[in-house]
Amino acid sequence: MRRSYDVIVVGSGPGGMAAAVAAKKNGARDVLVIERDVEPGGILLQCIHHGFGVETLRQDLTGPAYAQRFVDEALSLGVDVMVDAMVLRITPSRHLWVTSARSGLVELEARAIVLAMGCRERTRAQIRIPGSRPAGVYTAGTAQRLVNVEGYMPGRRFVILGSGDIGMIMARRLTLEGARVERVLEIMPYLTGLTRNYVQCLLDYGVPLQLSHTVGRILGDRRVEAVEAVQVDERWRPVPGTGELIPCDTLLLSVGLIPENELSRQAGVALDPATGGPYVDEGFGTSVPGIFAAGNVVHVYDLVDWVTEAGYVAGRSAARFALGDQVQGAASVGLRAGENVRYVVPQRLNPESLADGPQRLQLRVVRPIEGRARVQVADGDSLIAEQRLRYARPGEMVTVTLPPSAYDRVRQAKALVVCVTEA
Amino acid sequence: MAQEKDRLICVTCPMGCALEVTHEGPALVEVSGHACRRGIEYARAELADPRRMVATTVRVRGGLHPLVPVGTAAPFPKGRIMELMALLREVELEAPVRAGQVVLADALGTGVDILASRSMPAAD
Ligand SMILES: Cc1cc2nc3c(=O)[nH]c(=O)nc-3n(C[C@H](O)[C@H](O)[C@H](O)COP(=O)(O)OP(=O)(O)OC[C@H]3O[C@@H](n4cnc5c(N)ncnc54)[C@H](O)[C@@H]3O)c2cc1C
Ligand code: SF4
Repeated sequence: MRRSYDVIVVGSGPGGMAAAVAAKKNGARDVLVIERDVEPGGILLQCIHHGFGVETLRQDLTGPAYAQRFVDEALSLGVDVMVDAMVLRITPSRHLWVTSARSGLVELEARAIVLAMGCRERTRAQIRIPGSRPAGVYTAGTAQRLVNVEGYMPGRRFVILGSGDIGMIMARRLTLEGARVERVLEIMPYLTGLTRNYVQCLLDYGVPLQLSHTVGRILGDRRVEAVEAVQVDERWRPVPGTGELIPCDTLLLSVGLIPENELSRQAGVALDPATGGPYVDEGFGTSVPGIFAAGNVVHVYDLVDWVTEAGYVAGRSAARFALGDQVQGAASVGLRAGENVRYVVPQRLNPESLADGPQRLQLRVVRPIEGRARVQVADGDSLIAEQRLRYARPGEMVTVTLPPSAYDRVRQAKALVVCVTEA
Repeated sequence: MAQEKDRLICVTCPMGCALEVTHEGPALVEVSGHACRRGIEYARAELADPRRMVATTVRVRGGLHPLVPVGTAAPFPKGRIMELMALLREVELEAPVRAGQVVLADALGTGVDILASRSMPAAD
């Protein structure tokens, strides 16, 4: 086995596989993908439903089918894949400590690294639900793996907390497998997942959704026996007297995802508290030279198509860095979240990149706007780009493109502030 | 036949317009609330012949995992999904399985094939 590579990618989900493919196509001689699971593919292997690839491939694929395409492409290009191997540590000088049953603990070295570790789910501890600690509380993604990969039903009667896509998709999946889903509770006054999933996963199967509601308490000694649903006010405080007991044996939590960045932190990569992922530039370079990041490790994407695109960009940047032709351009301009924007990625932009073509900014809004909205990118009072939106919702990422014609103004800007407001 | 009113949500694009439909049984009479023409087509198809892509798993013997994910090759009649699930529960494959392999041809006489979503290598 080699010890030294041009590019090493950590994680074999769509972000990592796209990065590996792009690194190879852009001249990296040897590319290795390291995956802790027994096979490459990432989280998509358990997302057996359709809806993947609609944007970029113009096909409605299942998660495993989408993953397989990119795994096959990477293998056919000669990318090395090491499975059942966990990266334990990455140093700022790009050494990786990897452990696997087959080769024990090894130290590898890379000219460039792409972080593509994906994200993990928020758990009960992180949202502090009171009550007893019986068996029968799972995150929705864990339940998804049990049902779709391991063939094990975690319960018969479910309540799901959170109207995100994973929760709604599991409501349908469990119903198809013969379980009863009593209710989906959502603390926000609006749906947090896609409308398509609301229609095809909840309405189609008669699963009731209650907005502005959460789990007040979990009841049961050894196993969940019921949960108490409570209404909340606009500041998320329980409204007294609204408690309702729902008998069930399992509670699924679909309460958000957090980028997985233990390794990044150890490598000295600076993290943005707003996204939970590394600060990146337009080429997905992090604060540590030669370390790039792609996919859910940067921020939680809504559609896999964007993850693949980001992987291509990161992989190309990594190959260029490895081959030593990274141009040291002008100083980058910072991008900041302004009115009604939670975060913007990338957080830094080298104006010279606009000479190569338009640059895409992606962001999430804080509050929904149903009806016409606009995104504006400005430097103080001077407007640099504006785009109309038919609506803006926290559950769907907003994309805005900076045109090459903005080059001069971006070069002179001190900082770019992005806002989303009613039009 | 008497006219009825119903509410639908168009999911042709992420906007998700709330449609008000007037129909006589499966025939669309009038629709409102659509922001574009595709909403009319959606309402017509939803009333006449609602269909969905269906994804589930079937058992596999001797594979890396005990299940292999499968899905419909085309949208499947919504009213018969539970029937399809019961049928697929009886299917058991033998590893290795190829991605795209037909697991069940012409399911329930609908003309829709059920395909394996991924390859499943044999366990070593
Ligand atoms: C449950 C769920 C349902 C979804 N449904 C949809 C949908 O319907 N449509 C859609 O378009 N998108 C959907 N998405 C989003 C899409 O699947 C993700 O955005 C995409 O899979 C993210 O890809 P990734 O490469 O960033 O991460 P992942 O696919 O999560 O891959 C990360 C990989 O890194 C590996 N890894 C992590 N740490 C280490 C380490 N230290 N060493 C070695 N390997 C490591 C992990 O094992 C994993 O395989 C869904 C996401 C989830 C979680
Ligand atoms: S009616 Fe048109 S705009 Fe509205 S959801 Fe359907 S396709 Fe989208």
